[in-house]
Amino acid sequence: MKKIEAIIRKTKFEDVKEALLKSDIDWFEYHDVHGIGQSRQERIYRGVQYSTDVIERVALTIVCRDQFVDPTIKVIINVAQTGQVGDGRIFVSEVLDTWSIRTGENGDTVLRDKK
Amino acid sequence: MEDIALSLDTVWMLLAAMLVFWMQPGFALCEAGFTRSKNTANILFKNLVDFILGSLLFFFVGFGLMFGCDGAGFVGAPNWGDLSFYKGALPVEGFLMFETVFCATSATIVSGAMAERTKFSMYIIYSAVISLIIYPIEGHWTWGSGWLCDGSADSFMTTTFGDVFHDFAGSAIVHSVGGVLALIGAMALGARRGKYSQDGKSRAIPGHSLTLASLGVFILWLGWFGFNPGSQLAASGEVNRTAISHVLLTTNLAAAAGGLATMAVTWFKYGKPSLSLTLNGVLAGLVGITAGCDAVSSMGAVVIGLICGVVLVYSIEFIDNKLHIDDPVGASSVHGVCGILGTILTGFLAVDNGLLYGHGWGFLGAQCFGILVIDAWAAVCGVVLFYGIKKTKGLRVNQRIEDEGLDIYEHGESCYN
Repeated sequence: MKKIEAIIRKTKFEDVKEALLKSDIDWFEYHDVHGIGQSRQERIYRGVQYSTDVIERVALTIVCRDQFVDPTIKVIINVAQTGQVGDGRIFVSEVLDTWSIRTGENGDTVLRDKK
Repeated sequence: MEDIALSLDTVWMLLAAMLVFWMQPGFALCEAGFTRSKNTANILFKNLVDFILGSLLFFFVGFGLMFGCDGAGFVGAPNWGDLSFYKGALPVEGFLMFETVFCATSATIVSGAMAERTKFSMYIIYSAVISLIIYPIEGHWTWGSGWLCDGSADSFMTTTFGDVFHDFAGSAIVHSVGGVLALIGAMALGARRGKYSQDGKSRAIPGHSLTLASLGVFILWLGWFGFNPGSQLAASGEVNRTAISHVLLTTNLAAAAGGLATMAVTWFKYGKPSLSLTLNGVLAGLVGITAGCDAVSSMGAVVIGLICGVVLVYSIEFIDNKLHIDDPVGASSVHGVCGILGTILTGFLAVDNGLLYGHGWGFLGAQCFGILVIDAWAAVCGVVLFYGIKKTKGLRVNQRIEDEGLDIYEHGESCYN
């Protein structure tokens, strides 16, 4: 059982969402994130130039059984890739256990992946 | 017929007064948009309270100071709410309303330059002094048939310049006075925290909504269609109907030219056209044309608009980067610098007596002298007023209030919830 965290472009969110729903994932969380990186955007306000280093992205959090990790990552990379700097990152980490609140059962069978 | 003509004039004056009143929400939205959301209730409240106070004070005292008779042409007698002294063709109550909204416009200009850091209680005091003393007295010198506009053969203006000072709708009387007070007020207050870095570099503090600022500027633009054409104070008869049409056209042309010039300059200077400055550019054109909107040709109006739109950008930069006076909305440049510029340009471009039409230096001299006297009055009053408050009660909120927002600490209510 793994947790996949993917930080993607906001503009790619709808496409990635559709692709994930078509694949084996039936639930994931997402939230807007602000990151600070090396890239700067020049802006001008009332004649004063300033640069903003805040980068807006969407972070997806997907927990799935081990066998679905690679296919899921492939889907995200395929859809979210533009080839430009700033496409994002994917992090994978181990999940120790999972519990279903409704039934009280635990283990990776709780994750109701389609297969 | 004559009775109907007077009614028509009255209706036009009242309609124009309503349009000028509509400039109050224009200023409110414009200033709210150019400042941060933590101070929005405060800036809206300031725009509200200066009209509340201005209306009452001008009715009770200011109207008499401005239009009352004194014999010497320097200041009228306070009327204490009694309007019977005024003798004119138009109904005095309507005329009072028309003059009230002009007074309130002059007072409300200041709030933008002093935004985000002024004590509300102190704002009330200086707003009252503007409506009560500063504006009515210089207004008496001009529109109150005082010494600057006294055209009799042995008057000071006639004997010195051969012409009187001309400010049709108030580039000098309303806008430059508001702008000069705004500059001195912002100077007395000091910059907002974080506006300038340790080494004196200006930092951007983006306002919270260019949507509100844009709407505010459009509303002001509409209000100006009452401000300038309404100042004819008549609509009946061929002379008047031609005049108000001409004034409406010159007003709009100058606004458009001002916006165009600012857009072009910012595009050239910064690589991208700047909306926040172009909005100011439109206002710069409008302020500039206000003095001579009746006297210049349509082409003259375009020229005034273009000049004001270009000068505006450099004026904002100069006041910000060189003088280090923090004016969040650009009121001192728009109303002060362009008000002065428009008044002087009228001396060049007035068709009947301007220098460029071959009528000599007299009228230009009258314009320069007039603007100098009026703004010197505003500056002296401003220094006494703002530094007086600063020394005694303090103009500025404390650091914590400024950091966390005036809405919560000064008013106990926030604008966005």
